[in-house]
Amino acid sequence: MSQRHVDKKARKTIGVTLGVTVLMFGFAFALVPLYNVFCEITGINGKTGRVSASEVNQRDFDPNRTVVVQFDGTVNSALPWQFHPRQVSMEVVPGKLYTTEFFAKNLADRPVVGQAVPSVAPGEASLYFNKTECFCFTEQTLQPHEEVWMPVTFRVSPDLPEDVHVMTLSYTFFNKGGLTPAQEKAGQGSHATGR
Amino acid sequence: MSHATTHEHDHHDEKPKGFVKRWLLTTNHKDIGTLYLIFALIMFFIGGAMALIIRLELFQPGLQFVQPDFFNQLTTVHALAMIFGAVMPAFVGLANWMIPMMIGAPDMALPRMNNWSFWIMPFAFAILLSTFFMDGGAPAAGWTMYPPLVLQGGKNVAFMVFAIHLMGISSIMGAINIIATVLNMRAPGMDFLKMPLFVWTWLITAFLLIAVMPVLAGAVTMILTDHYFGTSFFNAAGGGDPVLYQHIFWFFGHPEVYILILPAFGVISEIIPAFARKPLFGYTAMVYATASIAFLSFIVWAHHMFTVGMPLGGELFFMYATMLIAIPTGVKIFNWVSTMWQGAMTFEAPMLWAIAFVVLFTIGGFSGIMLAIAPADFQYHDTYFVVAHFHYVLVTGAVFAIIAAVYYWLPKWTGHMYDEKLAKWHFWLSVISVNVLFFPQHFLGLAGMPRRIPDYATQFVEFNMISSIGAFVFGFSQLLFVYLVWKTAKGGEKASSRVWKGAKGLEWTVPSPAPHHTFQDNAPVNDADLAHGSAH
Ligand SMILES: [Cu+2]
Repeated sequence: MSQRHVDKKARKTIGVTLGVTVLMFGFAFALVPLYNVFCEITGINGKTGRVSASEVNQRDFDPNRTVVVQFDGTVNSALPWQFHPRQVSMEVVPGKLYTTEFFAKNLADRPVVGQAVPSVAPGEASLYFNKTECFCFTEQTLQPHEEVWMPVTFRVSPDLPEDVHVMTLSYTFFNKGGLTPAQEKAGQGSHATGR
Repeated sequence: MSHATTHEHDHHDEKPKGFVKRWLLTTNHKDIGTLYLIFALIMFFIGGAMALIIRLELFQPGLQFVQPDFFNQLTTVHALAMIFGAVMPAFVGLANWMIPMMIGAPDMALPRMNNWSFWIMPFAFAILLSTFFMDGGAPAAGWTMYPPLVLQGGKNVAFMVFAIHLMGISSIMGAINIIATVLNMRAPGMDFLKMPLFVWTWLITAFLLIAVMPVLAGAVTMILTDHYFGTSFFNAAGGGDPVLYQHIFWFFGHPEVYILILPAFGVISEIIPAFARKPLFGYTAMVYATASIAFLSFIVWAHHMFTVGMPLGGELFFMYATMLIAIPTGVKIFNWVSTMWQGAMTFEAPMLWAIAFVVLFTIGGFSGIMLAIAPADFQYHDTYFVVAHFHYVLVTGAVFAIIAAVYYWLPKWTGHMYDEKLAKWHFWLSVISVNVLFFPQHFLGLAGMPRRIPDYATQFVEFNMISSIGAFVFGFSQLLFVYLVWKTAKGGEKASSRVWKGAKGLEWTVPSPAPHHTFQDNAPVNDADLAHGSAH
């Protein structure tokens, strides 16, 4: 067998294998948008639906069915805020529109921008949890020591699977601008996380 | 370029003189194989030393020797060192030594790249291990590097990511080289279905490597940009998702566990027929079983994340897909047992390690099936049960196979027989202590002891003590192995070219020690020399 012949064959193998390598490196990054699309379509991973007020109350529902919605508010350690729901849970009729409130207070001596990220558990229920109004739709800016009550208006869809009796709406507030505690201490300039 | 080197050597069969030429600049597959194996052994002891500090701390509840942060650094780097520094390079070393000799090729297809892919490794690990001496210390978020915890690391994040990039490049180059060698360099007459199973399993492993190492590289690159450049791939504050990281990581991570074990399957499939003096039972079934395991490994990754809050359908899919892997794996176990069935077995060291592999790996496989049961996994997740499971498949699985391989081929490499009596001591000490070390960890996990903790509740005291005693006996028994290998390299009873009466394959047709250059002339292979020479 001639050495040339082997070289040519080997070069083709190397080309193909290198191609696979590059492709799979790209695939890792492609998983990011693919994952988000997948989660949005299937409603898994706590990504909740969003409907306008006019879409609500257009369908028949069973006024005797109730489920419990629990509320939870957490603050990321980089955000100098206080944050909690007005009530820990409420009983709701799937199909009806409800409003509750969350309390937030800026503990820092300067304005801070926060962004709330919602999540609904169990994951299979998140598709049926629709918010018509939420402070998580936009960034929230609080002046030094400012306190606010922020409303959330939501409707649990009557299509919610029968075996779901309790669901949790959880928010985590993240620092979107302003300062982290460490930077506050060091007296550094403003710093933005996220994109 | 690459083949020019091979040609030069055609005219003489001497080893290059001088340390730099012989080792630093070498393009010889045997020398590079030796380098890989020595490197793996060194990393095995570095990672092992970390494990012993971990077991020392866990000997008693409370904090005696190390602080929690350093403990976390140890668990993290122990895993990285053992997976990427010890087990993978050891198998690449075996591949370098044996694949060309097994398929009748003069060398690897890309000898120069072979040199690079080895010499990247010491640099990668120098970078990783150097983080221990920085302020902030080594990475401590676990070898899985989950955000958001990993993003809270200090400078070590950049070093860890860069080290992983280098390891990835090295293994990808190694894998490309193996694929190019097996596909293009087989001697005439060495058909695919006559190849030894070690070559088959490595070929499939190499494809797994080029498919998933780039995915790991991508994942850690996103960690890097999240940490330093303000992107939000996994940063929830910016709209990213930490759970997405777990999906990407385990898309790499599950095939990775087969990268660590398939070559071991190959080794065991060589050794058992040699000492049972029977051809391997179900050769083609073994090839197809290996290929199906490799294929299935791509669709089971989320069994590592049953507790993240997946929808029920997802849990069911990943549960059943995972259990499906037990079928081709079971085919392998039964084929090995059938090979031994009514064989004229002898129990030299390689066979003892191989039999221990079959028994103990099966235990690790069974605990794996238990973990695959999604509803049960909620109890086992992140407990010592998981630790026991993966140490059974990786220590008594992969590491035992590597040790078996070394005893099996050491006479071929050195030209000397090892000390069988001492080797038996090594085996029995190891096989008893390794079970003392890892078996109690099943009970600890079932009782609820979480993994990655430096301190624990007092009801776990006894089993932790037993486990730590086993760890020290197992660790120090391996010094015996080093002594044995060193002694065999230095001298001893001359080995014949066949070495083992029942051994089949081209590597046994060359003298012992194997000359620096073998199969230079591309002569057709003789079917009688092959384990699977007759038609199947
Ligand atoms: Cu897995």
